[in-house]
Amino acid sequence: MTTELWARLQFAFTVSFHYIFPPLSIGLGLILVIMEGLFIKTGKKMYEVMTKFWVKIFALTFAMGVATGIVMEFEFGTNWAVYSRFVGDIFGSALAAEGIFAFFLESGFLAILLFGWNKVSPRMHFFSTIMVSFGSMLSAVWIVVANSWQQTPAGYHLVTSDGVTRAEITDFREMVFNPSSVERISHVLGGAFLAGAFLVISVSAYYLVKNRHKEIAGSGLKIGLVMALFASLFQLFTGHSSATGVAENQPTKLAAMEAVYDSSAAADLYAFGWVDEENKTVHGLPIPGLLSFLVHGDSKAPIKGLDAFPKDVHPPVQLTFQTYHLMVAIGFALIAIALVSLFLFRGGRVYNAKGWLKLLVVAVLLPQISNQVGWYTAEIGRQPWIVYGMLKTSEAFSKTVTSGHIVFSLVLFAIIYASLFLVFIYLLDKKIKNGPEDETPPADVYSEQRLTV
Amino acid sequence: MEFSFDLNTIWFILIGVLLAVYGVLDGFDLGVGALHLLTKSDEHRRLQINSIGPVWDGNEVWLVTGGGALFAAFPDVYATAFSGFYIPFMLLLFMLIFRAVSIEVRSKHESTRWRNNWDRAFSISSILIAILIGVAIGNVTLGVPIDQNKQFFGNLLSMLNPYSLLIGVTALAIFMMHGAIYLVMKTEGVLQKIAKSWVNNTIIFFVVSYVSATMATLIYIPHMVEPFRAHPEFFALALLNMLAIANIPREISHGREFRAFLSSSAAILSLMALFAIGLFPNFLISSINPAYSLNIYNAASSERTLGIMLTMAAVGIPFVLAYTFGIYRVFRGKVRLDKMSY
Repeated sequence: MTTELWARLQFAFTVSFHYIFPPLSIGLGLILVIMEGLFIKTGKKMYEVMTKFWVKIFALTFAMGVATGIVMEFEFGTNWAVYSRFVGDIFGSALAAEGIFAFFLESGFLAILLFGWNKVSPRMHFFSTIMVSFGSMLSAVWIVVANSWQQTPAGYHLVTSDGVTRAEITDFREMVFNPSSVERISHVLGGAFLAGAFLVISVSAYYLVKNRHKEIAGSGLKIGLVMALFASLFQLFTGHSSATGVAENQPTKLAAMEAVYDSSAAADLYAFGWVDEENKTVHGLPIPGLLSFLVHGDSKAPIKGLDAFPKDVHPPVQLTFQTYHLMVAIGFALIAIALVSLFLFRGGRVYNAKGWLKLLVVAVLLPQISNQVGWYTAEIGRQPWIVYGMLKTSEAFSKTVTSGHIVFSLVLFAIIYASLFLVFIYLLDKKIKNGPEDETPPADVYSEQRLTV
Repeated sequence: MEFSFDLNTIWFILIGVLLAVYGVLDGFDLGVGALHLLTKSDEHRRLQINSIGPVWDGNEVWLVTGGGALFAAFPDVYATAFSGFYIPFMLLLFMLIFRAVSIEVRSKHESTRWRNNWDRAFSISSILIAILIGVAIGNVTLGVPIDQNKQFFGNLLSMLNPYSLLIGVTALAIFMMHGAIYLVMKTEGVLQKIAKSWVNNTIIFFVVSYVSATMATLIYIPHMVEPFRAHPEFFALALLNMLAIANIPREISHGREFRAFLSSSAAILSLMALFAIGLFPNFLISSINPAYSLNIYNAASSERTLGIMLTMAAVGIPFVLAYTFGIYRVFRGKVRLDKMSY
């Protein structure tokens, strides 16, 4: 394996692992705002107990996000030195903005959120929770701005001095609001809300299956489901506008997402399929002309296919196609799950639907998977470029770092992250099993009626 | 080089300030970590961890933002240093991960074995981070073999040279002293008495290593001494550093812990200032050819970006300072354990 591949593998591994946690923090952060808001508004003890329980889970995901996030901040320099020199003027600014505007805000107010219950007034505490949530979203905004610039560069010019070319900012606003920023930020945030919502749904459903903490679990389930419904529908729109943006700005990526090889004809959209890269066809279930319709509003309009581009700028088609389709399929499944569950809430049937509740327990994995494969689509679909149309991934890695060094660090990352993951799951499981500290009577005192909504 | 107060110089100073504040803030919590295993009871150890509980994470953000600012303002320095110091940086990252996780999970399980193991992870990672920071400063002071393509690769063994190790030990010593003073400030009773004894020992530890490090620098690293020969007024900083250190035992014996803490903070800041003055206008000095050194001009981003970033800093930093002060105020006073503690 070449140094380039090792560097890519290490980046993919560390960023994938990291990306388990920030979406959870962003989603849970917003849910904490809702829960604590309900507590401030109603004064009900239940909401306080609920908030404090989820704050503990939040603290765990946040700590994991911070620990694995520092790695990302420095890995551009350690493994992608050529890239760092090329984009520092632009990408670095967005990263620095993330530090100045988001990280300080999050970590500062996090102290009050976690440890300030008896030190500040309830309103001040609520304000801190809002700031932590706001900070976590802001952090996503800046890092996705930086990544979007790599996808659809804007507001820059190329400058060559001493034989080295790099990109420099010409217009900061244009750089920040590059053609894909807004859609991609919304889509990433939507994915994060789903991750948080489904964690709350899953844990609440687990308690209902076990007949524990019924009041808190029922209420948590409802909050989670309402948020999941909104977020999953939101993803339909942001997903659609992201895809039309890709069609316009990154035609090779769109062509790979639906394996379009022929530029002359209308393009189908596949519900699922397997790409035969050799014969440039897809075996699967096509919906005729739908891709053309979604992109151009006309089912007969042709879509620019891979045949319009030289082979050396084609992304890996199969991988892009499969990750993209998996993300979309899960997206629709999440809408269905949220709708059915909310429907079951009518008359309180959901409390007795143990089978369905068990499905909700495991459904926590779905947004995690779709967040991961969604990013794979975005990043693999951009290949062979690291900065679209400007710098190839194969030129961007650190020349002084050898394969051996990367293997050394990658092995250590693998060992450390695997053990971290075990610790995380162990503690999460322990916290969930311990449950919220409600001083209410045991569950059997409650009748099903009192809990129906 | 002629001194002119331009954007490049301002960003050299600003990054210096970010990293110096990191040294002052994370310095005390690394110090608390380094001292952690010296007490044995679970209650004392929990008090130690919770004394830094609400703030260690925010303190680390100064390093992250310093790194981000270096990337944005001097991308060549970021790229050259991080890829060149690959192995030490990876070790630093692993230690930072261990440390964050051990603080977070240490008290979440009652088992003594679990807690002892995470206590060890917390303390050893704190010690190694402090030493690695010093070793990095040592190697930057010595210079590294940067070639005409702005690249070098330093293997681990050559980086663990005696001079850099001495700086590493000095960094550990000053952080331990700083952490001990912080603990005196945040604790009471038996633990405070123990922490006070640490202050005296760590001061001796620091002064011995600082004097040796200074002698080594004066003898072996002439380029660091040059700016002070040209501008003798900078010697005031070295003097300030010594006065600050000498002031610490006085304040502690009068029970003015906060002033002692300010003194050790001043000591860290003045050391960072000495280092920055010795280095200016370079970031990384080439040991092959001085012309290959990375300085504030040949390694910088465009003028426009430096300007945009300065605007961002001017907007953002006042907020950062405001809530950093606010949060330290909320958590002022002695640390106590409650249900939400670590």
